[in-house]
Amino acid sequence: MRKFTLLDGLVVPLDRANVDTDAIIPKQFLKSIKRSGFGPNAFDEWRYLDHGEPGMDNSKRSPNPDFVLNQPRYQGAQVLLARENFGCGSSREHAPWALEDYGFRVIIAPSFADIFFNNCFKNGLLPIKLDADKVDALFNAVEANNGYKLKVDLEQQTITLPDGTVYKFDVDAHRKHCLLNGLDDIGLTLQHVDDIKAFEEKHRAAQPWLYA
Amino acid sequence: MSAQTLYDKLWNSHVVQQDADGTALIYIDRQLVHEVTSPQAFEGLKLAHRKPWRTASMLATPDHNVPTTNRSGGIADPISRLQVETLDANCAEFGVVEFKMNDIRQGIVHVIGPEQGATLPGMTVVCGDSHTSTHGAFAALAHGIGTSEVEHVMATQCLVAKKSKAMLVKVEGALGHGVTAKDIALAVVGKIGTAGGTGYAIEFGGSAIRALSMEGRMTLCNMAIEAGARAGMVAADETTFTYIKGRPFAPQGENWDKAVAYWKTLHSDASAAFDAVVELDAATIRPQVTWGTSPEMVTSIDGRVPDPVSAPDAVKRGDWERALAYMGLTANTPISEIQIDKVFIGSCTNGRIEDMRAAAAVAKGKKIATNVKLAMVVPGSGLVKAQAEKEGLDKIFIEAGFEWRDPGCSMCLAMNDDRLEPGERCAATSNRNFEGRQGQGGRTHLVSPEMAAAAAIAGHFVDVSKL
Ligand code: SF4
Repeated sequence: MRKFTLLDGLVVPLDRANVDTDAIIPKQFLKSIKRSGFGPNAFDEWRYLDHGEPGMDNSKRSPNPDFVLNQPRYQGAQVLLARENFGCGSSREHAPWALEDYGFRVIIAPSFADIFFNNCFKNGLLPIKLDADKVDALFNAVEANNGYKLKVDLEQQTITLPDGTVYKFDVDAHRKHCLLNGLDDIGLTLQHVDDIKAFEEKHRAAQPWLYA
Repeated sequence: MSAQTLYDKLWNSHVVQQDADGTALIYIDRQLVHEVTSPQAFEGLKLAHRKPWRTASMLATPDHNVPTTNRSGGIADPISRLQVETLDANCAEFGVVEFKMNDIRQGIVHVIGPEQGATLPGMTVVCGDSHTSTHGAFAALAHGIGTSEVEHVMATQCLVAKKSKAMLVKVEGALGHGVTAKDIALAVVGKIGTAGGTGYAIEFGGSAIRALSMEGRMTLCNMAIEAGARAGMVAADETTFTYIKGRPFAPQGENWDKAVAYWKTLHSDASAAFDAVVELDAATIRPQVTWGTSPEMVTSIDGRVPDPVSAPDAVKRGDWERALAYMGLTANTPISEIQIDKVFIGSCTNGRIEDMRAAAAVAKGKKIATNVKLAMVVPGSGLVKAQAEKEGLDKIFIEAGFEWRDPGCSMCLAMNDDRLEPGERCAATSNRNFEGRQGQGGRTHLVSPEMAAAAAIAGHFVDVSKL
């Protein structure tokens, strides 16, 4: 997994609540058996005027000029500013894969759906929960200022605004450690092989039908 | 020991190891696998030269991509076909039990797990699919996970997790005629919102829940995720045990008695404390119909499409306006005047035998309305299909003008050829009405099987409680 430490990134505002994972990456792209290459189809139905299918040459399709990600001022954005309950719906990890592949590293929203939130950390993406009024203020600031960037420091757990204001954010210690060091969970868990085996023995004795 | 919730009991009995900050390793008893969220996990295992920890805990089936007609011809779409073939190959390579596309036991993972007795009380159940919450109906701790976690569970039999908060949704009283578990589910989502359960595991309790069949409890737990909760659950009781007994993966003989003795402890203690309690009166729940692009955008059959002017805040007003524009609806239209083009009866929410029976009872001896272009019934599994045919339900549907299909996810998410065309309006028994869910530009109204069948006959929504 890609590490995340510091970012000074351009922000794009996606002003909708309850953005679901099917909007982030529509189901037809889930037929892929790969982990990569979903970026060009992130937000496909909003981003293009025509209907997208896997295997199409996306450079030949017509982008929807009204969709915020297509506006010239937001090209190269690495921070996605979103509204409440971002990433709800299907558990598809293709959603963080698509966002990461598009170039995002940070998502800021007042709230996230649980499974999506969890999936982000497994893919080098940092989801940050901020109070709704702060998110509101950021939406206003991004829209009012071309080239609006935020500095995100995971170690310090801070977001620094261009005017020097600093917002602290919370992050779970385990997830922070993994993200800072680019560690994948499986390796860490396998350090507990003996615990797992011991648990399994006890569990088998108590509920033998689970192993019949 | 102090009083425990059902969730406490399930959680505590699976903690392998726990850090000071609450991050825990949770042992997983059952992993269900389907073709969409597993290929990258199997690939990850192979790349790291790892083997599944306990293949006997896994059960696989293709469901999302499979065609629902003309199956003997195979899958026409080469990309879908490759995904299903990849599942077959991975299961063969690692020795995972798989019910393949043409096996009568094939079906939607959340239908076949319980149907096989592979979902049992007291288990932890995971699947790379958000509707894994369905299995909580058996007093199991069941939730959806991402593909990285699928790989993690395969490799370690454990999940890294933190305990959620516990919410009790208590529904007391008796449901009215024509009101179902689906209506409870939609009413709950309408009441607490799609994010109302975020961070919680929900237990459904109260006399109305105890009166539900296992099918009804599964419908309800299925939609816990639509309220934002990863897990939904119902205490185990005689209804649970009766459903499980004799199923292929169920314990037998001496193990059965031991298991039941343990399962009888799987309920919240009387004095257990919840972090949140939500109460509903069953008698006041009316048949529900969603009008928007999120399951919380729901009202009853007596209601009207809301006016965005009356939205509680500006963000919501924007959402409602966008939803009405997408849905092609005008504010204040009575729900019963909304005309539909298609009907979909099926999915992991309402694709079980009881759902087929309920829809057939409404359709019996009637014909679908002339404005309904397509009404399809898609059983949740091959065994549901066979049972329905034994009872003659297929004939009732076919005579009424419905199509009777092969099992799979079908038009719940339109990954196969079953889909809405842009602008088409559908009465669907599935669980999500998101933009494009049933096909780009398609408009979904979520309802119970009874309501869907009645809408097919009338051509618009009707109040099944008055039929
Ligand atoms: S029926 Fe629908 S919700 Fe259920 S598993 Fe299939 S696609 Fe998902």
